[in-house]
Amino acid sequence: MSPARNTTSVHRISQRTQALQPSGIRKFFDLLSSIDGVISLGVGEPDYATPWRLREVAIKSLEQGKTMYTSNLGTPELRQAIAGYLDKAYGLNYDPATEVLITVGVSEAMDLAMRAVIDPGDEVIMPAPCYVAYPAVVALSGGMPVVVPTTAEHDFEIEPSDIGNKITRNTRAVFIGYPANPTGAVMPRHKLLGIAQLAERYNLLVVSDEIYARLSYGDSHTCFASLPGMREHTLLLGGFSKAYAMTGWRVGYAAGPREIIAAMTKIHQYTTMCAPTMSQVAALEAIKAGEDSVLEMVSDYNRRRLLMVNGLREIGLDCFEPKGAFYAFPCISSTGMTSEEFAEKLLQEERVAVVPGTAFGECGEGYVRCCYATSVPDLEEALIRMKRFVAKCRK
Amino acid sequence: MLLKEILRILEGDARQTPKQIAAMSGATADEVTRLIRQAEEDGTIIKYRTLIDWEKVGDEHVWALIEVKVTPQRTVGFDAIAERIYRFDEARTVYLVSGAYELAVLVSARNMREVADFVTQKLAAIEGVAGTTSHFLLKRYKEDGVILAGGAGESRQAVVL
Ligand SMILES: Cc1ncc(COP(=O)(O)O)c(C=O)c1O
Repeated sequence: MSPARNTTSVHRISQRTQALQPSGIRKFFDLLSSIDGVISLGVGEPDYATPWRLREVAIKSLEQGKTMYTSNLGTPELRQAIAGYLDKAYGLNYDPATEVLITVGVSEAMDLAMRAVIDPGDEVIMPAPCYVAYPAVVALSGGMPVVVPTTAEHDFEIEPSDIGNKITRNTRAVFIGYPANPTGAVMPRHKLLGIAQLAERYNLLVVSDEIYARLSYGDSHTCFASLPGMREHTLLLGGFSKAYAMTGWRVGYAAGPREIIAAMTKIHQYTTMCAPTMSQVAALEAIKAGEDSVLEMVSDYNRRRLLMVNGLREIGLDCFEPKGAFYAFPCISSTGMTSEEFAEKLLQEERVAVVPGTAFGECGEGYVRCCYATSVPDLEEALIRMKRFVAKCRK
Repeated sequence: MLLKEILRILEGDARQTPKQIAAMSGATADEVTRLIRQAEEDGTIIKYRTLIDWEKVGDEHVWALIEVKVTPQRTVGFDAIAERIYRFDEARTVYLVSGAYELAVLVSARNMREVADFVTQKLAAIEGVAGTTSHFLLKRYKEDGVILAGGAGESRQAVVL
């Protein structure tokens, strides 16, 4: 794609940035803010505030004047705690001194990862629909996102054979994120093993965004790095935003082979210095004492997940059962509308906000993302409104 | 366990219908109805109540937490003394506690005078009650896990990818 040069302005924006797809829902935002009484299923974050005890330790740390930079890598205590957690949860051994980097959310970790390993022209294979930042960070680093469409028929799981078909001499990495935003899909172990075989055979790096790992409602989460032989092939990205309701704190981490962590740290020290100090304090408390809160939130999400999926199916929309994260991804093509039309009309006529599937890639057409991290009364009201809307559309 | 899941949902909001609970727990409405009935019959579910902020409708009731020191007699134990107390309607909550006193009694009445009368004439007169200390409630912040006052509203952005 060659973007048109902006000749009238003195501010020349780099081609790389111009080529970035603007978020497809800008106009939607504007529309939304002009309407009152909207129930938003368009959010992408928990509806809880951070558990109080985590906030409290951060407040205390501020009172004690812990307001300086930490080590570029992050505090030793937090790195140690993360390494301990990964060992306990998955039997993975990471050296906290050299193989764990604390970042400004998984967002920064993704960006660092791509900048650290991608040369211009390198290809990165990823499922679609997928989280909006995946193709963006690849493109920003000069790489080429190579998209593997996934479908509701296959539970939005990425098929190892489809990945295999996309591998070329230029393939550098596979970028996966399960449980997935926007579909709520998880990957069964046998399919992850299929990807592991490819990683081994073609010497690929697997970047695995496991930010929703704790929000798994069926089988327990399989960490990609824990598969046989995969520790050396995997860059594991993990976070606190979703599981501990800490989106605004901006803290996450990367764990992986020391060369990659060292390369990422080099960029991180120039561009970011360190993740926010008080957020690292809260994140440490989250690992040490946040478990009960996680379990409570997960069982609450699960209730709402079942309510949402049941409700959507009752309306007559096909809805694949999401097994993770906090999104449902129903198919709306039976209404005869495109995703964008559906989302826009639903907002205008019934004041319910959902995100068109196309915001997550072309193959999200025919779907909308509904986040169920919203109060039960609001979910129920949203379902009533959607039912009315769909019935009207079908007439 | 399905029964526990149903109870947790009801504890949060007793007005959820069996159909709603079924949708949230992955069970059928009939199954939910049956389990609720069973729990009601065997006393697992004691009562359905409503948490009300009476101040909103100008209720003038006063509440007091009374610490009751008790000296058990040879013939009358803690349970018997507690019973003499909890039979009064004014005693809304009665706990046996460890520490400097034995019974914690939450009393409600129309005004301070009535509370004082209850404490001096009824409570203090019970055999085995050795002393009382009354604390009038000034403000309720949190009731049974629910924060009543303060609390910030929703501050989320309406759409986040
Ligand atoms: C799949 C996925 N990865 C990463 C992120 C960003 O997480 P963080 O807050 O840790 O930057 C999000 C946030 O929505 C997400 O959905």
